Amino acid sequence: MNKIYLDHSATTPVDIDVMEAMLPYFSEKFGNASSVHSFGQEARSAVDNARHQIAEFLNCKSTEVIFTSGGSEADNLAIKGIIEAFTPDLNEITNKKKPHLITSAFEHHAVLETVKELEADGKIEATLIKPNRDGLIELSDIESAIKKNTVLVSIMYVNNEIGTVQPIRAIGQLIEKINKERDQRIFFHSDAVQAAEHFNMNVDYLHVDLLTMSAHKIYGPKGIGLLYIHSGVPIKHQIIGGGQEYKKRAGTENVASIVGFAKALEILNTKSKIIDDNKGIEKLRDKLIDGLLKIPNSFLNGSRKYRSPANVNISFINAEGEAILLNLDMEGIAASTGSACTSGSLEPSHVLISMGLKPEQCHGSIRFTLGRKTTEAEIDKVLQVMPGIIEKLRKMSPFK
Amino acid sequence: MESLYSDEIMDHFKNPRNLGEIENADGVGTVGNPNCGDVMKIYIKVLSRKLVSGKKEEYIADIKFQTLGCGAAIASSSIATELVKGKSIDQALKLSSKQIAERMGKFPPAKYHCSILAEDGIRSAIKDYRRKTQSSKSK
Repeated sequence: MNKIYLDHSATTPVDIDVMEAMLPYFSEKFGNASSVHSFGQEARSAVDNARHQIAEFLNCKSTEVIFTSGGSEADNLAIKGIIEAFTPDLNEITNKKKPHLITSAFEHHAVLETVKELEADGKIEATLIKPNRDGLIELSDIESAIKKNTVLVSIMYVNNEIGTVQPIRAIGQLIEKINKERDQRIFFHSDAVQAAEHFNMNVDYLHVDLLTMSAHKIYGPKGIGLLYIHSGVPIKHQIIGGGQEYKKRAGTENVASIVGFAKALEILNTKSKIIDDNKGIEKLRDKLIDGLLKIPNSFLNGSRKYRSPANVNISFINAEGEAILLNLDMEGIAASTGSACTSGSLEPSHVLISMGLKPEQCHGSIRFTLGRKTTEAEIDKVLQVMPGIIEKLRKMSPFK
Repeated sequence: MESLYSDEIMDHFKNPRNLGEIENADGVGTVGNPNCGDVMKIYIKVLSRKLVSGKKEEYIADIKFQTLGCGAAIASSSIATELVKGKSIDQALKLSSKQIAERMGKFPPAKYHCSILAEDGIRSAIKDYRRKTQSSKSK
């Protein structure tokens, strides 16, 4: 059976060229980048080159790229790093008030749980902005949430579940404008883990101070990510040890993965220059959305207009997500769901709930995320099997 | 192929036993709620049979289920109905979530509540049957 992978927002396969670029850095060029000898210098130069290449991709300085173990660590570093760097100074400006942080209610858990823990520990005040029914954050909601003691706004670029694209550049410009008229500067962080594949990642254009990226969503290896930190933005390190990563993140450099990360971005860059790749995948996405919506009692989650070209997220009433996934898996098709039954916590998707969906509408949600190698034949196969799967499950249900 | 569930669960998920509804059922029990994602509806037909001792006992002559829920919820409904079909009401009431879970085999720990739901479903249908028979007696 030909397997069909439509879960690229979960992870992507490592590109063969990426793997080949990484291989020499395991057993052959194995040096520690901090060592003085030639083994070490070979590794140092590989890390430096990779950092330089990545900085070019982001249109920033090499010193502004901090490698981490992945997107989650980068999000943690951005949020805790800013809050902890700021707390003492802020107390004087705002008369001992806690720092205030603004984020959205449908962020990735790496941001949301970090914010919730800081709040529970009494270290911050937090405002969670709800997206509208289309899964978009309104600029005016951010503006009206800003307080005298606000130090950080963190809004994701592309939502991982519903693929909606947030107005990052407009938010960045808004915060820049507001900053001109206040003492306490507000920093702006964006978790762009799901954005790199299809959207502009120029940090200057986006007007962000901090930006999170992960390699494994763009055909790079797992276990490597980065935080872009604009020069002069105060960050308290979260992993303490040696002086690596400009003293912002201790630990021997993960040389092979850093090289792989840079290679993945190089491939992404050439790919988008050669063909207007988004258009091709968008056509497949639209075919899948239109085809699935022909199934009765189904609806699309998230804006159709401001949407990742790779994301399809549809709710089917009276069919449960995990049961749909198991049936798809039997057909060799891999997808994901916002149902409580797969969350481990038995809570339905916080993303769908934040948009105003009822729990019973979340349980039947299915996400297909397309990738570079997704073909029309694969989309046709999904469209061919889905009506039968939904019909079968609805027949089992006590609700008619 | 690596799978989240045991072969037993997948077998019941693919080919559920006793799926459907019983018209004019003697007892109907609905447990769970759409909020949490799993809803089970159990229908039973109860008849009386003569034992060797001469005593009469009531038993579950037929049982059907309808479930909205995940693979484990559908499989546990199917397994539970199979375990009590043909059993006396007293025996059926003794069915525990532990027995159902044992039959299910390998599943993620978070899914244990599905076996509890199936046990509750059976009890709820029997309770409904008893309520109906008692109210008809009192008439």
